[in-house]
Amino acid sequence: MSSISAPALARRQAQWLRPARIGVYAFLLSAAVFFLLPLYIMLVTSFKSMDEIRLGNLFALPIQVTVEPWVTAWTSACTGVACEGIRGGFWNSVLIVIPSTVLPILLGALNGYALSFWKPRGANLLFGILMLGAFIPVQVMMFPLVRILATLGLFSSLPGIVLVHLIFSMPVMTLLFRNYYQAIPQELFQAARIDGGGFWRIFVQLMLPMSTPIIVVAAIMQVTGVWNDYILGLVFAGRDNLPMTVQLNNVINTTTGTRLYNVNMAATILTSLVPLTLYFVSGRWFVRGIAAGAVKG
Amino acid sequence: MSAAMKLKPKQLLRQLLSWVALLPMASTVLVAYLGSVLWSLRVSFTNSRTFPSDQYVGLAQYQRLFENERWLLSLQNLALYGVLFILACLLLGFLLAVFIDQKVMAEGALRTVFLYPYAMSFVATGLVWQWMLNPGNGIQQAVRQMGFPNFNFDWIIDQDMVIYTIVIATVWQASGLVMALLLAGLRGIDEDIWKAARMDGIPTWRVYVSIVLPMLGPSVATVFVLLFTAVVKVFDSVVSMTQGGPGTASEVPAKFIMEHLFGRANIALASAGSIVLLLTVLLLVVPFMLARQRQARTQAEKA
Repeated sequence: MSSISAPALARRQAQWLRPARIGVYAFLLSAAVFFLLPLYIMLVTSFKSMDEIRLGNLFALPIQVTVEPWVTAWTSACTGVACEGIRGGFWNSVLIVIPSTVLPILLGALNGYALSFWKPRGANLLFGILMLGAFIPVQVMMFPLVRILATLGLFSSLPGIVLVHLIFSMPVMTLLFRNYYQAIPQELFQAARIDGGGFWRIFVQLMLPMSTPIIVVAAIMQVTGVWNDYILGLVFAGRDNLPMTVQLNNVINTTTGTRLYNVNMAATILTSLVPLTLYFVSGRWFVRGIAAGAVKG
Repeated sequence: MSAAMKLKPKQLLRQLLSWVALLPMASTVLVAYLGSVLWSLRVSFTNSRTFPSDQYVGLAQYQRLFENERWLLSLQNLALYGVLFILACLLLGFLLAVFIDQKVMAEGALRTVFLYPYAMSFVATGLVWQWMLNPGNGIQQAVRQMGFPNFNFDWIIDQDMVIYTIVIATVWQASGLVMALLLAGLRGIDEDIWKAARMDGIPTWRVYVSIVLPMLGPSVATVFVLLFTAVVKVFDSVVSMTQGGPGTASEVPAKFIMEHLFGRANIALASAGSIVLLLTVLLLVVPFMLARQRQARTQAEKA
């Protein structure tokens, strides 16, 4: 503040009071309220008792804060048949997310590297089809993939769901790395070739260490995308590996009897916690991933 | 083949090595993408039920599909939903981007707030909105308690209005993405245009509508394609918010296909439906990608 001179400050204040300026802030603030409202309601509801929810107001702060809904959601909420909370789903999601992030990134990097530097004949056509593949509705590929995985003996298993994530993330991952590597000067690659570097050596010792920024972006995208997936987990993961999103939907939409809204909201927040934390912590990187992934081709 | 023969052995080896590395990608493209689509196309011409059969019935499945009331209703819902969702997202996203671009305070915080829903899963979002729109405990009840006893907001259980609730929830989730992409586009516009417009005394809003918006064309096109593909795929939000109800009022094609694939054991009909969805997407995406390519080529020639 001290660096701003008095007249500049006055000018700024005057600008503040102009009707157009007030309009800008009024719009942005009301939009912010609209966007934050569901998060606020989720939070306050999850700390209320059921009695308070029945009698009280949706927007009111809890009169008596209770963490019991959170404990119930984590340890004993009923998901269909079993009543063990959604912690099982949490760990299933963790087990799915780790290989479904590492493998697509490695493969995407390898594809991007081969496409950008080695340029084998016909590879661009392949890449073009892959890019088009990004737009194919999942339902078209659903049943054939079920059959393929069943033939391989991988249907309803952890390796199966990881393979499915690998397939569906390949277009975006390949695109991210291809675009990144195309910005690297060809001379660097030629120099490494002259120094006697082979295909794998240049990839592992030169290109991968240079790829940290894009690996971070890809990891954020992939963790968020796989964690939030519902339909693939529902079909391919199998009963023992159901991800958290599927269990969450089971908790809320298949329970009979009284609905425990506070438990439901706690479960919803718990399910969103990983991607939300990642988003709030990574900020700009998250946006960068969206921008890079959105520009398909 | 003959082209490969002409290559020197060293070059051939080089080609071979990179092809080995691209084997996973090649098999994914050929088997998982092309193979699946062709397989679904084939099944859609047969009378398969639980298992694929070899008895071809021509276009009979497509005929049945378009005589199926539930499918027609799903398409109708999707069309209405799609138009409203895309328009609302573009409008809200554009407004947010323009207002944030006015050198406001706390820009970073505002951007974070507008984009965070996009980090959540559609299932979680759907459940929150289901709870807020529930007339017994949600917004309706809260507003009534505030002294408006006749206030009504029960769209989620109203057959004629339920589709709008899905529009609201998904616009809330996706318009931040539109904002982020359009804001990037806005920041890429030359400052000189603003200086020139200011000197000519053109009001700011006119500059946005007549000059900036046309310049944002490519960004808007990208956003449009993204939103369009999201519309065709819409499934998670519907399942978590309404399960297609009340009755069949919020059924969508993706859900129809899933039910016929796994619940009703009619994979031929489901495949026909999925091929219809695919054609709808390709009809939009292929011209978009071709235009993009042409643009890239002319830019390359200019450079």
